[in-house]
Amino acid sequence: MATDSPPARSASSLPKASLLGDPRLRGFLFQALVLGAVVGLIWFLASNTIENLERRSIATGFHFIELTSSFAIGESLINYSAADSYGRAIVVGLLNTLKVALAGIVLATILGTLIGVARLSSNWLLAKLAAIYVEVIRNIPLLLQLFLWYSVITESLPQPRQAMQPLPNVYLSNRGLMIPVPADHPGWTAVAIAMLIAIVGAFVVGAWAKRRQAATGQQFPVLWANLGLLIGLPFLVWLVFGAPTELNKPVLGGFNFRGGAALTPELAALLMGLVIYTASYIAEIVRSGILAVNKGQTEAGLAIGLHPGKVLRLIILPQALRIIVPPMTSQYLNLTKNSSLAVAIGYPDVVSVLNTTINQTGQAIEGVAMIMAVFLTISLSISAFMNWYNKHIALVER
Amino acid sequence: MTTSAPSPIAPDSATVSRPLVNRLGPLAWMRRNLFSTWYNALLTVLIVWVLAQAIPALFHWLISNSLLAPATSQECRLVDGACWAFIQEKYRLILFGTFPYNQQWRPLFAVVLVIAMLLASCDRRMWNRRLGVIWGVGMTMVAILMWGGVLGLDYVENSLWGGLPLTLLLAVVGLAVAFPLSILLALGRRSRLPIIKSLSVTYIELIRGVPLISLLFMASVMLPLFLPVGMNPDKLLRAQIAFIMFAAAYLAEVIRGGLQAIPRGQYEAADALGLTYWQKTVKIILPQALTIVIPPIVNTFIAFFKDTSLVMIIGIFDLMNASKAALNDAEWRGFYRESYLFIAVIYFVFCFFMSKYSQSLERDLKRGHQH
Repeated sequence: MATDSPPARSASSLPKASLLGDPRLRGFLFQALVLGAVVGLIWFLASNTIENLERRSIATGFHFIELTSSFAIGESLINYSAADSYGRAIVVGLLNTLKVALAGIVLATILGTLIGVARLSSNWLLAKLAAIYVEVIRNIPLLLQLFLWYSVITESLPQPRQAMQPLPNVYLSNRGLMIPVPADHPGWTAVAIAMLIAIVGAFVVGAWAKRRQAATGQQFPVLWANLGLLIGLPFLVWLVFGAPTELNKPVLGGFNFRGGAALTPELAALLMGLVIYTASYIAEIVRSGILAVNKGQTEAGLAIGLHPGKVLRLIILPQALRIIVPPMTSQYLNLTKNSSLAVAIGYPDVVSVLNTTINQTGQAIEGVAMIMAVFLTISLSISAFMNWYNKHIALVER
Repeated sequence: MTTSAPSPIAPDSATVSRPLVNRLGPLAWMRRNLFSTWYNALLTVLIVWVLAQAIPALFHWLISNSLLAPATSQECRLVDGACWAFIQEKYRLILFGTFPYNQQWRPLFAVVLVIAMLLASCDRRMWNRRLGVIWGVGMTMVAILMWGGVLGLDYVENSLWGGLPLTLLLAVVGLAVAFPLSILLALGRRSRLPIIKSLSVTYIELIRGVPLISLLFMASVMLPLFLPVGMNPDKLLRAQIAFIMFAAAYLAEVIRGGLQAIPRGQYEAADALGLTYWQKTVKIILPQALTIVIPPIVNTFIAFFKDTSLVMIIGIFDLMNASKAALNDAEWRGFYRESYLFIAVIYFVFCFFMSKYSQSLERDLKRGHQH
């Protein structure tokens, strides 16, 4: 990169330089100019907006949140009807977004890790299949995959009357997957609480065992103890409450099923699309993370007599995780943002609900601002959590 | 695969012969790669069984049981294979949208021209001013072909554009306009001037933190409110603006990676020569930084190309939307597999070749750095 500008020029012009020669002043002026331009632009846009809103007599503000929404939402985690307010509809949408994002992240991580490991398998057939999966899925737009899954579910599966019955009381039709759920009983609430307590307890046991091992070198069978805790405690509570076994089964009535729990075609298509698409990226991250760990680490682990499973768990994974976590974070963020494609197949996520709200109330600015605020908040929370986790597993150097 | 090969003792010596390569017979290869352990053997048998079920079924659907044109939709519904007659009936709608039917050679030429320019850009010998001239002339020709109104071509307003040319143009124009913006944003993010830096960071993080759909909604419903009365850009231009805003933020992060990879010595040497900030940036830093980031830029372009499909949500008639429109014909309802497979192949071909190109480029550039 040779340059032919004479280096003497600036030096010779220094003595008679004007005030503009001072880099600090120049920087200050430049910034003032840019800031002025940005503020001017914002002022220009804002004044246009105000004028346009007045001409079209659109009210501003968030009063619409308290108005009656008068549209129904297909699925909801909380009670909701068309008589409720827009605010409640938006909360329903938000919960649906969080539900699909959380389930998607968990499932995509599992599937992606399996495929990433499969690509490294010594089984040639399995490795090739995993490679084909990754290449095909990555190179087709997610939206197209969503439409395909949605069409497969709604157009290829039978009507509810001819629903497939893979298991007793489980029905698969073009209205989705219907499964039986436990009928209302105070025992189930207690079991859920017991489960929560067991989860907290499992973390406590893990931390205690780690501290004890660090202090005394004695190991504790954490895995078995926690499995016992997680299964045993809820089971005991279930027995104490009289072991309720009554199920709320899906029953065909009219054109659809009633009762039980449903995995709707929209949610199923969205989840399938998001998980399959994101897993192809996660697979590559996992693969490169494992490949990045020096082969000598495996050999050294085996040489000191560790079981291959322990080598993977105690030596390879902790090192691979450090490489995996940052790109994984951005995949989780992508999955969450991509869940907004729900609007295209009619799953009532927050974007879909706010889109309907915009169409009904005309409050475009508030609606789009709320969509952006929701996703910014989710994005920042996920990155904050993953940064914390990354710090937690980072190499502690002396 | 070289377990028994003798290890070379002096690898830097040119006279050392290459290690012996194990040549495995097919049986030994299978034992090593398919049946090495009992669970690998089990897996192999399982996979072969699944493939034995799936591949013939797929073959029947795709080829032996499928109906090639000319056939009517009634005839198609009688067979259980694919109905390629549907594609033959609708491919012009899917590829070119609602462009006037007898003028569709124009978008066809435009697509060929854009693909030819993309291919020409792949050749590293072309990476100089000539490429800029080629793209300038080429895009002018594309604009003339698409809009017309001159040279005896009928004027076609862009609300009639659709299909593949629209998808390609959204991606190519989006990248071309976003590129200079993204360089400024990346430089701004690394600037020492606090206001410039915080403005750049805010823009980049804001755009990257929200989904593309929200930007498209913004462009389709809010942009008309933002602009002065009477100034109303059409729907396509609004989508293109949203796309450019989106692309600029993502590209800026890619370019920032390149800027960070330049050793400090380059900056210091440029300062020592007495170059101004812009001389230093344009003549020393950017040429090196941009070369490093060409492979990730190609990857970003692949992502943009796939993301153009989202414009259908605000009602733009791109390839994705055109394939859905073809399914809206009551006579041909239900042939979604054929329709989606057709455009999936188009998307795949573009993305696959770009990603292979990006990988080979990365290898080439890395090799260049080792010398």
